[in-house]
Amino acid sequence: MRSAGFRRTRRASAAAVVTALALTALASCGTSSSGDGNDDSGSGSSDPSAPLDPKAKVTLTIDCMPPAAKAAELREWNEDVKTFNKKYPNVRIDGKSTPGQCLEPPRFTAMLKGKSQPDVFYAYFTDLQQVLDNDGAVDISAYVNDTSVPALKDIQPQVLDVARKDGKLYALPTSNYTMGLMINRKLFTQAGLDPDKPPVTWEEVRAASKKIAGLGKGVAGFGEYSAGNNGGWHFTATQYGLGGDVVDASGKKAAFNDDKGKQVLQQLHDMRWKDDSMGQTQLLKWGDLQKQIATDKLGMFLAAPDDITYMVQQLGAKYENFGMGPIPGAGGTLFGGNNYMIKKGSSPDKIKAAVAWLNFQNLTPEKGQFDWGRRKADNLPVGLPQPNFFTGESKTADDAERVANATMPVENFKAFMDNPVQGKAEPPKAQEIYKILDNAMSAVLTNKDADIDKLLDTAEQQVNQVLANQ
Amino acid sequence: MSAPTLSTGKASAPPPGHHPRPTGPASAREEFVRALRRNVTAHGFLIGAVLCFSFFSWYPMVREFVLAFQKTENGETTWAGWSNLSYVFNDPAFWQAWRNTALFTVLALLLGFAVPFVVAVVLNEFRHAQGYLRLLVYLPVMLPPVASVLLFKYFYDPGYGLFNRILEFLHLPAQQWLQDPGTSMLSVVIASTWMNMGGATLIYLAALQGIPGELYEAAELDGAGLLRKIWHVTIPQTRLILSLLLLMQIIATMQVFTEPFLLTNGAGPEGSTTTVVYLIYQYAFNFNNYGGAAALGLLLLVVLAGFSAVYVRLSRSSED
Repeated sequence: MRSAGFRRTRRASAAAVVTALALTALASCGTSSSGDGNDDSGSGSSDPSAPLDPKAKVTLTIDCMPPAAKAAELREWNEDVKTFNKKYPNVRIDGKSTPGQCLEPPRFTAMLKGKSQPDVFYAYFTDLQQVLDNDGAVDISAYVNDTSVPALKDIQPQVLDVARKDGKLYALPTSNYTMGLMINRKLFTQAGLDPDKPPVTWEEVRAASKKIAGLGKGVAGFGEYSAGNNGGWHFTATQYGLGGDVVDASGKKAAFNDDKGKQVLQQLHDMRWKDDSMGQTQLLKWGDLQKQIATDKLGMFLAAPDDITYMVQQLGAKYENFGMGPIPGAGGTLFGGNNYMIKKGSSPDKIKAAVAWLNFQNLTPEKGQFDWGRRKADNLPVGLPQPNFFTGESKTADDAERVANATMPVENFKAFMDNPVQGKAEPPKAQEIYKILDNAMSAVLTNKDADIDKLLDTAEQQVNQVLANQ
Repeated sequence: MSAPTLSTGKASAPPPGHHPRPTGPASAREEFVRALRRNVTAHGFLIGAVLCFSFFSWYPMVREFVLAFQKTENGETTWAGWSNLSYVFNDPAFWQAWRNTALFTVLALLLGFAVPFVVAVVLNEFRHAQGYLRLLVYLPVMLPPVASVLLFKYFYDPGYGLFNRILEFLHLPAQQWLQDPGTSMLSVVIASTWMNMGGATLIYLAALQGIPGELYEAAELDGAGLLRKIWHVTIPQTRLILSLLLLMQIIATMQVFTEPFLLTNGAGPEGSTTTVVYLIYQYAFNFNNYGGAAALGLLLLVVLAGFSAVYVRLSRSSED
């Protein structure tokens, strides 16, 4: 009979062998995911200002290629690749399509952490710090100039500023938005309000909200988020609209515990509980209000113009039914958007090719995303007030093209377009601050007896703690 | 650690009928290779399992432990010592999340422990159609959680929901259910209990059916009624299963995420349904703070490990 000791040893040795095998397998897995275009060849100039060497073969992986379900968009993408390849036959564009949203934060976070992002990757304006913390993007300052991006001088400086850190440029914008007041024109008309003149102050919003809620049948006049950090995000937008701030100029102290912050919460509380004009269901987050307004159950909410695209394309609403005005108060508005960054470690040739592609597809009036004639022919939305990051000549030319090819009544956005409000970026540590402010927002919308002063005091302390923890 | 007692073949005389090997006594290596060969299939299966576990469970666990003591900033990963933990402790949501999780656990145990037991006792009394009844009780578990949650979201809706309609019918005041910080957690627990009780009920039922019928007969002869039978026979006989399930439920409910995440969009009114696991999710995926997420995960692990140790001990004593 074998001793127990022997049995144990044999088991241990077998386990050691198996573990060794497992580790070898893991190690070999690890090397396959780095995914840098290994068919790059040729030795292009490493001088960033020199043009892309036509002999250098470059493959660019790019995410956010439209999925097959978006047939028209995908066709345009493929056309763009073809046109681009006429000038740059040496660059192979390898698009990766993303179902649903281009960027879902959990997936994006995992991708950065695993360094598996494509060569050219999509990011929100607010993602820069996260990308830099993960050493994910290359500094493209030297590669972006008037030759490589001819419309550079016409891009709004504040949009480019978002892509900068310590004076270095890390991204090129593809779209941006500013928040305004979205209205449902049908409900406005039914309630005897003028849909061409959306409310411009909070008093007017409150009065209009009451009238719309008076229509009954479960219709709410005004809707607001209070969950998923979206409540804090809209608190910030509302506070900006009143000319207030959320974090002071130093970025170290909360700046919302003032009359304006109080006004934000008080007016929501009163609309919810005194006027009963905000519906009974709260704790809403992105997507919920869009569904309500698309089905004519909601009169107004704070939104960006691209929400309309979502409502029309995904929820079956009609463009004609919506309009936009500037954010109430118009003292400032939250702006955001998205851009493309280039993966850290890319060769100079790859960076040059990426900049050339981004310039062609996203930053050239009448080309790529700005080819409004083609978009109209493909039955895609034309006429929404975004992207809107150009100024000067580029803007004039683009606006004219857009109006000439509009597929929706652009006059519905006149109030928004004619009264541009100064955009303001999101605060530092935005999501953490939004989480805290979510509590204040959900409190006034779900608790009739909410103590607004106390809510603001608590939120202020907590935000200060978050900012001190940076 | 004891020294290996692997046979070196030094003093082994060949047993009768054994053909001596031409190369002399077997070395440790050969012995090992032979041992491997004898169980080739078993080892093949084992490799698959070990690969899966190491890739999907053990490696992430080790990584989490390391991450809890690291900080990544501007592309540089540095050792952060206890700073992630102190960050977590200083988060205003920290104690609230633990309080909420504890509240959920206690409520879930009161409801989720008692209700399935009662249902199992009742089911056990039925002599007919027990198969159908078991199926009916187990059905909610088979529903995808998102579908069940959606159902309850409609039930709880303060405007159009079923529950408020029922209250209205009974001339009782309408409730805010999920939207009132006072009732939000209880509402989550009710939905969660309904979704999960099927499994526990079946386990109780199996335990109940393992009780020898003579015990009940003896109790009846002694003049015991239903309640006395439950108290003196059922509970003592199922005590071990009860305590095991209790621990398993504590461990499971402390990791609750899906129900509050889907029912109240995460935090709930004034953060009243923020749970520890939701906070971990927020750290990692909303705030890009992996260190904080890992540190909090580690704290949760320590707490759960305590419960697991008790569980292991109890299940050992059940084997004896």
